[in-house]
Amino acid sequence: MRTKLLVLLAALAPVAAFAAGGEARLDHVGIDVANKPALQRGARNFVNYCLGCHSAKYVRYNRMAADIGITEQQLIDNLMFTGERPHDTMRIGIDPDQARRWFGVVPPDLSLIARARGTDYLYTFLRSFYADPARPTGVNNIVLPGTAMPHVLAQLQGVQEAVWEGHPDAQGNVQKQFKEFKLATPGTMAPEEFDGFVRDTVTFLEYIGEPARLQRESLGFPVIAFLVFFTLLAWALKKEYWKDVK
Amino acid sequence: MMASTNQTARTDGGRIKALVGWIDDRFPLTKLWKEQVAEYYAPKNMNFWYYFGSLAMLVLVLQILTGIFLTMNYKPSAAEAFGSVEYIMRDVEWGWLIRYMHSTGASAFFIVVYLHMFRALLYGSYQKPRELLWIFGMLIYFALMAEGFFGYLLPWGNMSYWGAQVIVSLFGAIPYVGDSLTEWIRGDFYISDVTLNRFFALHVIAIPFALVFLVIAHLMALHEVGSNNPDGVEIKKVKGPDGIPLDGIAFHPYYTVKDMVGVGVFLILFCLVIFFAPTMGGYFLEHANFEPANALQTPPHIAPVWYYTPFYAILRSVPNKPLGAALMGVAVVLFVFLPWLDRSKVKSIRYRGPLSKFFITAFAISFLALGYLGMQPVTPTYTMAARVFATVYFAFFLLMPWYTSIDKTKPVPTRVTYHAH
Amino acid sequence: MTEEVDTGRRHFLTVATVATGAVGAAFAAIPFLASWKPSARAKAMGAPVEVDVSKLEPGAMLKVEWRGKAIYVVNRTPQMLEGIKGHDERLRDPGSSESEQPAFAKNPARALKPEYLVVAGVCTHLGCAPLDKFAPGDVTVSADWPGGFFCPCHGSKFDLSGRVFKDVPAPTNLVVPPYRYLSDTRILIGAETGNG
Repeated sequence: MRTKLLVLLAALAPVAAFAAGGEARLDHVGIDVANKPALQRGARNFVNYCLGCHSAKYVRYNRMAADIGITEQQLIDNLMFTGERPHDTMRIGIDPDQARRWFGVVPPDLSLIARARGTDYLYTFLRSFYADPARPTGVNNIVLPGTAMPHVLAQLQGVQEAVWEGHPDAQGNVQKQFKEFKLATPGTMAPEEFDGFVRDTVTFLEYIGEPARLQRESLGFPVIAFLVFFTLLAWALKKEYWKDVK
Repeated sequence: MMASTNQTARTDGGRIKALVGWIDDRFPLTKLWKEQVAEYYAPKNMNFWYYFGSLAMLVLVLQILTGIFLTMNYKPSAAEAFGSVEYIMRDVEWGWLIRYMHSTGASAFFIVVYLHMFRALLYGSYQKPRELLWIFGMLIYFALMAEGFFGYLLPWGNMSYWGAQVIVSLFGAIPYVGDSLTEWIRGDFYISDVTLNRFFALHVIAIPFALVFLVIAHLMALHEVGSNNPDGVEIKKVKGPDGIPLDGIAFHPYYTVKDMVGVGVFLILFCLVIFFAPTMGGYFLEHANFEPANALQTPPHIAPVWYYTPFYAILRSVPNKPLGAALMGVAVVLFVFLPWLDRSKVKSIRYRGPLSKFFITAFAISFLALGYLGMQPVTPTYTMAARVFATVYFAFFLLMPWYTSIDKTKPVPTRVTYHAH
Repeated sequence: MTEEVDTGRRHFLTVATVATGAVGAAFAAIPFLASWKPSARAKAMGAPVEVDVSKLEPGAMLKVEWRGKAIYVVNRTPQMLEGIKGHDERLRDPGSSESEQPAFAKNPARALKPEYLVVAGVCTHLGCAPLDKFAPGDVTVSADWPGGFFCPCHGSKFDLSGRVFKDVPAPTNLVVPPYRYLSDTRILIGAETGNG
């Protein structure tokens, strides 16, 4: 019996990460959703740079404020545009038809973007814009080639250029492959500072993807502890009764 | 009914006895309790593999309970479904917990049911006189697959949409009637609000009703013939002077108490997932499903949820679409015929010969391998591997009449093997 | 050799396990029961409503909806404010001791500022919407009518402060919701304090 189980387990060994196949290499970002200062900075960044075009229509202002540790007055003073109430959700003023005319596509709602794409993707994406005169926006993005999104953070990051190198492929043709970025025009932030800015923003995006996450994780400990206690009791009860069974 | 004149002697115990007596005069309460639980004798040598039946029942109850509460806030329309799930996750108090219980429960259901079915393969629990018990079980499995399929469309995420699109279009592979059939299933020319609403009705009412009735039939069939056991010995053949099987023990208290431990361990694992890893890395809640359904954009890798992937791998391994669909269907339905494919006089793997042991091991490995392959993108290597494992999978069933007849079995004891624990 | 069954231990373990299980079940019930409480969206939709009365003519009434109820806002003229005096003996509860209103409205004018009456347009009998019959002496309502509200469903009558008359089916005065002034011409209905 045990050998059978061992064989079955051995069959599971080749469970390596599956091949993504031809996608950009993503930079790893360590996110701590419990970091309230980061969330507050991220919220400020989001409202100032993203909310103009991207809604977060499942996020309620007042709940968000409570979760990131600011008062309702701070919320109203710093994070809300006129005409909105704290109990409202984060909608945008932009008209979807206008957006489609300007960008060719409606900027997606960002409430769940971190759950759909992952924080590494978002962190890398926001830092991977580079100058490309062939594009209508004048920029392209290594992570999402052909993106309709302009380089909203250009003033902060500066403008990058992409450095390509040639790699022969299986047929012997030389394929252009991305090597690295080169900062052509510096922005107002140094690279580490900009990385921190994006990290804070991605932290906020991760939070809005699942506001209940911290509550969920903290509730887990007492629940599991209780269940372990119950199981041990049940096990003792079982052993006691099964003394009868010879 | 005698009236007691001594009021001080009437304790609460007496009052409860009187109440039970009143019910028993009108409903077979005590009779059912005795027959089905307190004096229902089950083999004493049941092992780890025997926990999963009661766990399956627990998960069914959990899914119905959480499902009811989700239905209180979910909106089954294409315009509102996705938003209503986020409403549940964010605005409804404790909605996130109820949702995660339901999504984790769906995967837990299949884990438990697959282990439960594997037990039957190990110990020949489908053999006479348990063929009908097995058939009810297979009907439950089919209903469960349908339930999962219909339920998966309800969040109206992008994977929901495209998964439904792919599976429904499989029916188009059926010659002559295929296209009308797919249109009839969808109720529309494409997967739409119409499809969503009817899948909702099937998922919330029709199939749960069917499941409950099938489970009752399954348990009735079980109690009629009695449980099998890891030695495949029929305990009813050796009875004591009181008519009780010598190797039998009363279900209550022995198995109620033992199953409680199983429930505890299950709930610990269940809650570890719910509270610490509800998406399970994208296997229980897929990443693409956090984006709303988009008819104009397919997710990079369409794959069904993990519990369908073994069959999906079989489908994809066949270059011909109708044949692939047919083989996938056969792969699922073949289980039903096990009682008749298996020619062995011996039930349990413990006493079967080396051929049976080889094939069941190969089958298990193939099932897991196919499951893994079904989740991967299509590559030539993976397709080749899927074909190999699919062949082994079918061989387990189709060669069974041969290898079970000629296999060198060991003598089966008359009494079960049991060590006190 | 069989051991003696330790019934004491069995009983203790059974009780302990069942009790723990019951406690667990009780805790597990909490999320389900609590999910019935008003959701964040329900609370948002039931949030206070702001009314701009700058365009409301003297003697006129406007209606807004708050928490599914019609709320009447009446710009009371000085004559109307006179019209709430002098008929206390015809009223069931002139002092508003039985009816529902914020503390500031427990006065004859039943308002924070007497010029504006804010009252729920829900008859306290069976919930119909009372009609505005502000003209005093309107004989279609009653003899000696001081002005007020008339409910067409079963004939209940209320004065210009929403106080119910005797001998009508309605038992109590019209409900005054919580409200406060954001400015001289903006009333926030549904909240006495805070940002609403």
